Amino acid sequence: MSKTIITVVGKDTVGIIARVCTYLADNRINIEDISQTIVQGYFNMMMVVDTSQCEKHFGDMADELSALGNDIGVIIKCQKEEIFDQMHRV
Amino acid sequence: MINRREVNETNEMIEKENLDVRTITLGISLMDCIDGDIKNLNENIYRKIYDSAKDLVSTGEKISKYYGIPIVNKRIAVTPIGLIGASACKTEDDFISIALTLDKVAKDVGVNFVGGYSAIVSKGMTPKEELMIRSIPKALSETERVMSSVVAGSTRVGINMDAVRLMGTVIRRTAELTKEKDSIGCTKLVVLCNAPDDNPFMAGAFLGVTEYDRVINVGVSGPGVVKTALEAVRGQDFETLCETVKKTAFKVTRVGQLVAKEASERLGVPFGIVDLSLAPTPAIGDSVADILCEIGLEQTGAPGTTAALALLNDQVKKGGIMASSYVGGLSGAFIPVSEDQGMIDAVNAGALTIEKLEAMTCVCSVGLDMIAIPGDTPETTIAGIIADELAIGMVNSKTTAARLIPVIGKGVGDTVEFGGLLGHAPIMPVNAFSCADFVNRKGRIPAPVHSFKN
Repeated sequence: MSKTIITVVGKDTVGIIARVCTYLADNRINIEDISQTIVQGYFNMMMVVDTSQCEKHFGDMADELSALGNDIGVIIKCQKEEIFDQMHRV
Repeated sequence: MINRREVNETNEMIEKENLDVRTITLGISLMDCIDGDIKNLNENIYRKIYDSAKDLVSTGEKISKYYGIPIVNKRIAVTPIGLIGASACKTEDDFISIALTLDKVAKDVGVNFVGGYSAIVSKGMTPKEELMIRSIPKALSETERVMSSVVAGSTRVGINMDAVRLMGTVIRRTAELTKEKDSIGCTKLVVLCNAPDDNPFMAGAFLGVTEYDRVINVGVSGPGVVKTALEAVRGQDFETLCETVKKTAFKVTRVGQLVAKEASERLGVPFGIVDLSLAPTPAIGDSVADILCEIGLEQTGAPGTTAALALLNDQVKKGGIMASSYVGGLSGAFIPVSEDQGMIDAVNAGALTIEKLEAMTCVCSVGLDMIAIPGDTPETTIAGIIADELAIGMVNSKTTAARLIPVIGKGVGDTVEFGGLLGHAPIMPVNAFSCADFVNRKGRIPAPVHSFKN
């Protein structure tokens, strides 16, 4: 099963990771890797997750994460890993 | 494992540099719809297209969400109607009834354009093909989503000057019938030489007779991505410039390949080709002209423009060919005027003329595209411009095309507003000397000597 990449970008605030991770846990989405940094007050996180146990359609999950991002004030994107693999690997 | 830098690069291309998949075009053969009765033929066409394409738009939207990449257009290309209607159509109105069917089914399945109201008459026209070509002005004025093309030449057979002359008349008539909307009908009509059978881009898309029953062809784009990548190597040598374009074209084409494969699998339709064209839009930052400026020109049209475009076109192909085993269609850089803000600026600045654009079409992927000309341009002059363009394609063994818009009631100094992806354009001056005696000769221009390869 292919992996999904979740990216969170925006102004840093309290509880971003907590809220994103709560959503993932509630939907049985397993986090396999997290890489995160803050540059000049801007939060930038990438997660590699496994959605095979999640019962929601991919599109619904992406929409809900995007809405969660709006609520927090950051941009959350949810994309299948292949687009990055295809673009950056020969 | 993918790292954060790579993920951010991709997403910046999508969000800030207009990276998108420009079109998923479903090719549908209408050969099995042919019937001697026009009513049956229209029913067959509607049913075949509807059944084949009913899930096209929703599938495109799902794939778009899956990878987080915009897929701007979902379109249909069909077998040239000049062939399909030959048995049933007795009058121009019969052909127009097919155009209305195509328009209706396009609306019903939700695609924005259906291409293939076309005739392939490179050497000669059958009486039915001529009838179909004569029906184009009315067909385009009565429909919204139908795209029309006429192939009037090829390297192998020469140029059908009877068809070229007729197209001068047809383009002018189309302009007149849609004069209330700045002659917009002509934006949906193109004359081609060496047209590919698998082109996903409009207005020249049709499904050739060499093709599958149904096939997915995908057109990628990304002028903004190339422009941004070149900003980072400003002032560096040609090798660095070429490497940068190639690497970027590779990445862009890979996205197209991924989307094409996914669409093919989900729709259960074979994957045909990826067309790796740089297709500009009127959006700021989505311009081929801006790339040429970034390469080092003050304005597109300045001396050096043809060389810079040749380099760009070649490097796009070299990068793209590595990224997909099935590259096809037009594949290269498009240089439409009204659809590219940088080109419009160059025309307004006095840097870019039709003659320079014609020179540029020797080295880019297509031809004189989306050029607004004075409404009083004679039919023979329109045919002369088309003949020049087709001759470039014939001699250079490449696709060329002319999509000219004589804007009725307007002249040099005026501008036209087509809206949306079609953009807006200043009316460009046309050489006023006559070519009527040349164009009015009957017959065809023979195939060039280098076509005899057997």
